[in-house]
Amino acid sequence: MHKLLTDAPGSRMLLLGNEAIARGAVEAGVAVAAAYPGTPSSEISLNFFQLSRESDLSFEYSVNEKVSLEVAAAAAATGVRAMCVMKHVGMNVAADVLMTLAYVGVKGGLVILVADDPFMFSSQNEQDSRYYARLAGLPMLEPSGIEEAKEMTRQAFDLSEQLGEPVLLRTTTRINHSTAVITLGDIAPPPTRGGFERNPMCYVTVPAVSRQLHVRLLDNLARAEMLANGSALNFVSGSGRWGVVTSGVSYAYVTDAISDLGLTERVRVLRLGFSHPLPKDLVRLFLSGCDRALVVEEGEPVLEEAVKAAAQEGGLTLPIKGKGEAFFSRLSEYDPALVREKMATFFGVPGQGGRRGDQADLPSLPPRPPTLCAGCSHRATFHAVKKAAEALDAIYPTDIGCYTLGMLPPLSMADYLICMGSSTGTAAGFSRTLDRKVIAFCGDSTFFHSAMAGLVNAVFNNHNFTLVILDNGTTAMTGHQPHPGVDMEKLGLFGYGRIDIEEVVRALGVGHVAIIEPFKLRKSIETLKEAFTFTGVSVVISREICTLYGKSLKLPGRKPFMVSDRCRNHRECVDQLGCPAFFLSDNRVAIDPDRCTGCAVCAQVCPENAIVPAKTAAIQGGVK
Amino acid sequence: MKTIRLMIVAVGGQGNLLAARVLGEAALVAGLPFRMSEIHGMAQRGGVVESAIVFGEAASSLIADGEADILLGFEPLETLRALGKCHPATAVVTNLAPLPPFFAAVGKVAYPDLFELQALLRSKTGSLLAFDAAELARKAGNVLAVNMVMLGALAATNLLPMSAEHIRETIRTKTGGRFVETNLTAFDHGFQQK
Repeated sequence: MHKLLTDAPGSRMLLLGNEAIARGAVEAGVAVAAAYPGTPSSEISLNFFQLSRESDLSFEYSVNEKVSLEVAAAAAATGVRAMCVMKHVGMNVAADVLMTLAYVGVKGGLVILVADDPFMFSSQNEQDSRYYARLAGLPMLEPSGIEEAKEMTRQAFDLSEQLGEPVLLRTTTRINHSTAVITLGDIAPPPTRGGFERNPMCYVTVPAVSRQLHVRLLDNLARAEMLANGSALNFVSGSGRWGVVTSGVSYAYVTDAISDLGLTERVRVLRLGFSHPLPKDLVRLFLSGCDRALVVEEGEPVLEEAVKAAAQEGGLTLPIKGKGEAFFSRLSEYDPALVREKMATFFGVPGQGGRRGDQADLPSLPPRPPTLCAGCSHRATFHAVKKAAEALDAIYPTDIGCYTLGMLPPLSMADYLICMGSSTGTAAGFSRTLDRKVIAFCGDSTFFHSAMAGLVNAVFNNHNFTLVILDNGTTAMTGHQPHPGVDMEKLGLFGYGRIDIEEVVRALGVGHVAIIEPFKLRKSIETLKEAFTFTGVSVVISREICTLYGKSLKLPGRKPFMVSDRCRNHRECVDQLGCPAFFLSDNRVAIDPDRCTGCAVCAQVCPENAIVPAKTAAIQGGVK
Repeated sequence: MKTIRLMIVAVGGQGNLLAARVLGEAALVAGLPFRMSEIHGMAQRGGVVESAIVFGEAASSLIADGEADILLGFEPLETLRALGKCHPATAVVTNLAPLPPFFAAVGKVAYPDLFELQALLRSKTGSLLAFDAAELARKAGNVLAVNMVMLGALAATNLLPMSAEHIRETIRTKTGGRFVETNLTAFDHGFQQK
């Protein structure tokens, strides 16, 4: 049985933040969940996927975040509880749904989890999703720890039903990827069948209806503020005339700073877990007991500006600070030491300084960037494209996935990247203004997510570029989630359809379509060359399963290769491919047999044909 | 109880997260307050994996620069890279078997000299225990058991708020069936490094 289905109320379990959130949803009786994977939220949907195979939970990996929210919204409209999970940039994709869903509201509880990534551990921006609550006019809850994340998930469903609105549950990486001991609550099988009564004047958002619904939304927002003013999720701790207003993970850093600085009797903290709409009465009551106040929040000054506005409306003139040169940054994530020092500065008490000794004399160290795996099919495809485009002065718009790592040398195959699916749209723009060959890259999952729309656009508007689809049979970057092109029966999962990328591309009317097997270099290069000479939109699909995924599926592997004594130390293998299975031994290139997957791409690059299957080399006695 | 901040650094694939999980489960059994966090963005693609365990009543699960009381490094270069997390009294326990990053492995940049690396660690921190954990893992029967060797060496420092027996018991109950004996042997090899 899946550990998150453990029916033992009161027992304690070590859970990752994302597991705690999934468990909270189970305790709340979630019936339908949908998501497109995205770090740092991915383990929530992964757990839902696993749970759905052992319980009545209906979970789906949707093609993108917009669709996932539509699925969850309609399920909630029928009265069951639904959840939708995404990373912060996924919210941008789902935003069109969100803005009008707020007008329509929900019947069953709908919780939309949005995971922000300050410092961009694995993201392309550090946008602050709290603005979405303000933009849409929806309530937002923000947990400060793992235990609370579980509880708050449960409470978010209740709040959603109380207000008849979706609730945004906002986390940051340090909540999603922290671990703590959780006390399990009750679980019971939820109702999974809903009902729907026809009521177009509430559900069909033509202008005449939406004018009424906007009024309803503002009423709900006012009700939400009343609830926030009295919510136990918004509380005051400590005592004194100095105030701190905070939310999310920053509350933990503030708590530790107060204790470390010995300010327990002097600083009062207003922790806002139900942070939007701002509980203005509560904030003014809190501020009226303070001589000065500091707002501690990662990201944008969302809380700070709202708190200042509330103070002004209440005629309060105490100094309130947050972001600014001497105070907090809008960049990156915070940590306990940073918050402690800023608080010491603001309240004018002695700080503790950094505890680190003098480390100015440390040498610079070789970096360890993430790289494409040994035997990764993307490396082979990038190499083949590079060879095929040698004479072309090509530009390479790329997309989001493992293949984004192709930007690193020696491959250096990435020139422009904005967001999921941007490869095809940006390729179109480049082809309009440059007299250069445009070659775009996108992955299989990314193709379905949103790059496909750009390809439709390109065919219709008669653009001129080649799209190389790196089809490795899975959503590799986020941990091998399925997508519409995956054969689910190979995973022992039945009842799924399957969409063939080649058929889609041909049906879209792409003028030139070709398939390559990237480990067959010469043939791949020829096929790519031909596609590159085509005027108009051409697509080359590079098919080879993700090597990590293949291992996890226990697919038959290939034998490793070795460098034989025919090697003349040209090192073209290293300089052109940069496969992490290579290393130097006695100043000669060698191949780590534990890492080599036998893709044989290096063997095809070596000018001496010196790289041979390990067994052959051993027989020849030429093992290096 | 006194707050103890333990930082574990490793290269993706070395079993950092499992090691942290074992310590967490052991602390749960021992009834200790603690919090953990991890950064594993690109773990499977050869990047650095960090986990932090904060034992005690602190609310934060994150360790700021200069605030780790113990640094456990599964790879010498990564141990040195994490020196910024240390203060002058930090206890450092590190594996000495290098896993050079790609550009060092192919001779484009130099991997730090291991003697200088140890001298640096020693001069900037309170104590250093450094040994070849890969060799001990191999002796235990599985070169992938470096994480268990390191846990053994960590347990032997007596700096953790729980006993070695708690950790051993957790390895017995929480690590994969057929690897249990190897893991325990690896733990014991590490434990004897003190």
